[in-house]
Amino acid sequence: MATKAESRLSTLKVVSYALVIVWLIIAAFPFLWTVWGSFKVQGDFFSKADWTNAIYGVFTTRETGSAFTLDGYRGAWIQEEFWRNVLNTSVIVFFTVIISLTFGTLGGYALARSGFKYAFWILMAALIFRAMPHITLVSGYMLPFFEWNIWGLKGTAIIVLVAINQPFTLWMLHSFFKNIPKDMDESAMVDGCTRFQAFWHVIVPVMWPGVITTGLFSFLLAYNDYIVTNMLLSKPNETMVPAVASFLGSVQVQGNIMFAVAAAVSATVPLFIMILFFQRQIVSGLTAGAVKG
Amino acid sequence: MKHRTFFWFILPTLSAMILFIALPIVSVFIQSLFVEHEQVLIVTESCGPFGCTPTTTIDAEATAQLREEKPLGRFNGLGTYFDRSHLAIAEIGEIWRSTSGIGHFLAEIMDLKFYAALVFTLTYTFVVTPLVLVFGMAIAVGVNNLPRAVRGLAIFISLLPFLVPTIVGSMILSWMVDGDGVIGATLQSIFNDPSLSIKASTPLMWIMLMVYGVWHTLPFSFITFYAGLQTVPQDTLEAARVDGASKWQTMISVVVPHLMPLVSFVTLMLLMDNFRVLEPLVSFQAEAHAQSLSTFIVSDLIEAGNPLYASAGATSILTIIGVAILLTPVLIRTWRDFNAKAH
Repeated sequence: MATKAESRLSTLKVVSYALVIVWLIIAAFPFLWTVWGSFKVQGDFFSKADWTNAIYGVFTTRETGSAFTLDGYRGAWIQEEFWRNVLNTSVIVFFTVIISLTFGTLGGYALARSGFKYAFWILMAALIFRAMPHITLVSGYMLPFFEWNIWGLKGTAIIVLVAINQPFTLWMLHSFFKNIPKDMDESAMVDGCTRFQAFWHVIVPVMWPGVITTGLFSFLLAYNDYIVTNMLLSKPNETMVPAVASFLGSVQVQGNIMFAVAAAVSATVPLFIMILFFQRQIVSGLTAGAVKG
Repeated sequence: MKHRTFFWFILPTLSAMILFIALPIVSVFIQSLFVEHEQVLIVTESCGPFGCTPTTTIDAEATAQLREEKPLGRFNGLGTYFDRSHLAIAEIGEIWRSTSGIGHFLAEIMDLKFYAALVFTLTYTFVVTPLVLVFGMAIAVGVNNLPRAVRGLAIFISLLPFLVPTIVGSMILSWMVDGDGVIGATLQSIFNDPSLSIKASTPLMWIMLMVYGVWHTLPFSFITFYAGLQTVPQDTLEAARVDGASKWQTMISVVVPHLMPLVSFVTLMLLMDNFRVLEPLVSFQAEAHAQSLSTFIVSDLIEAGNPLYASAGATSILTIIGVAILLTPVLIRTWRDFNAKAH
């Protein structure tokens, strides 16, 4: 009996291990392949004749004299001025995160501490707003923004990103604040603080874990956004993600698809580093809404 | 908390949401009620030795002025909703009358732009969502069985497809499945068919887009379920083991019921996000084979020089109605829970 149970148990284990390993390969392989390939020439990156060319860099050696080349990066960053897009991204992402968190902490705190019925309705409205496809909102902005002459500016995109981000930020911070005991700010108020003073001096110092996690998600939303930045920013204000997408169209004509590959890799590297350092916060953020809400 | 204080605390976030989420929806609805101005035409008679011929030219100046004065266009009511590129009421009636069978009817419907986009969006949503739930659960259980030391690495790798910008992730895959790319070329040699191309075939493109969707969203359900597995009560598991339940039986009757609230949360998030699928269709340059409701709106908005705001607005409103239908069951349940708690 015991052997039968054990063998069944181990088959289950083997199957589940195999599944995990297959998944990890599927998840990692495209990135490894593309990062490696971004240092090759197009003939190697797309090697129909023999895929091992991409590993050894046969054409790259023939064309540039070495198995690795920085031509793709040089073309993207210098010739196509990708550094401008990187700069725009930093400005837009920085302000989006700061403003999102300021608005979100105030609102999230109020919702967590208010027992009124309308707090529930605001959270429900936020959930519905979270579901709105971004493109439907963008189609509502275009005409008024053109009329008021504020289309294409970084500031406009920042405000839009903050607003689109708010429902999620609000939910997340609200659930973090609920975990901070009510007694803390209430005792501060008994000691003579106003509500805002209690919030500022007592709650703000202990809320950092929640704020950092929420900030990471605001960062991701602003950084990864394609449709808002693509439709609402003029060419000189464009961020990295729409720039990568537009590379695809323009460089294919000139035969410089490696520029797009290099740009795509460049846009991924900051995220890679971020996941490396903040993995724990990201995981807790992904699950915060789920486990508690 | 006093009403007044609550109001001041909530003011910034609430005004941001009203100004940039609620009002745009109203603005979209108003847009959808108008149509673009027709171009102002001037008919002039040009007379020559063989009589006069009327010629028609576009008065660019007058057209521009008309647009300037009334940027919304002419009022059209719900006309745009029923026209050929949206609900196509007249066309459907026509097809229905002349159809020779349900299969034929459906094929004709797929020629209508809006229905083609709707069918793709719904297929994508309802294929990707269950697959992601099942595989996410399976991988979460698998990782949970792994030795503690390698779990962190597994999670790190798993997060990548989810956190990388959608457009970049789908672009990376689209390069690989290209006829010249590593996966595309491998498939060609496996099936021994050098003309096999994912990008040239509609069914293959649909499958590819859904494979991408699973690859991209699986980490989210995996992470959520993995976190849920950490909270399964150990004594219940112990009790099940003592009672002689097999690993599989405990899984079905203890672990899965414990995770049920998470399953409904993940389903809700996946439905919302899959219904607005857009970026993979851009990256795979799939417009010839698949359109989603979102790409349909984009293509109206980037219409060269003259955006079709009315058409984009109508599609947007129809999309929002779709989202509302998807969300209704969840909202009703939340409302019931809330009332149950209140009483």
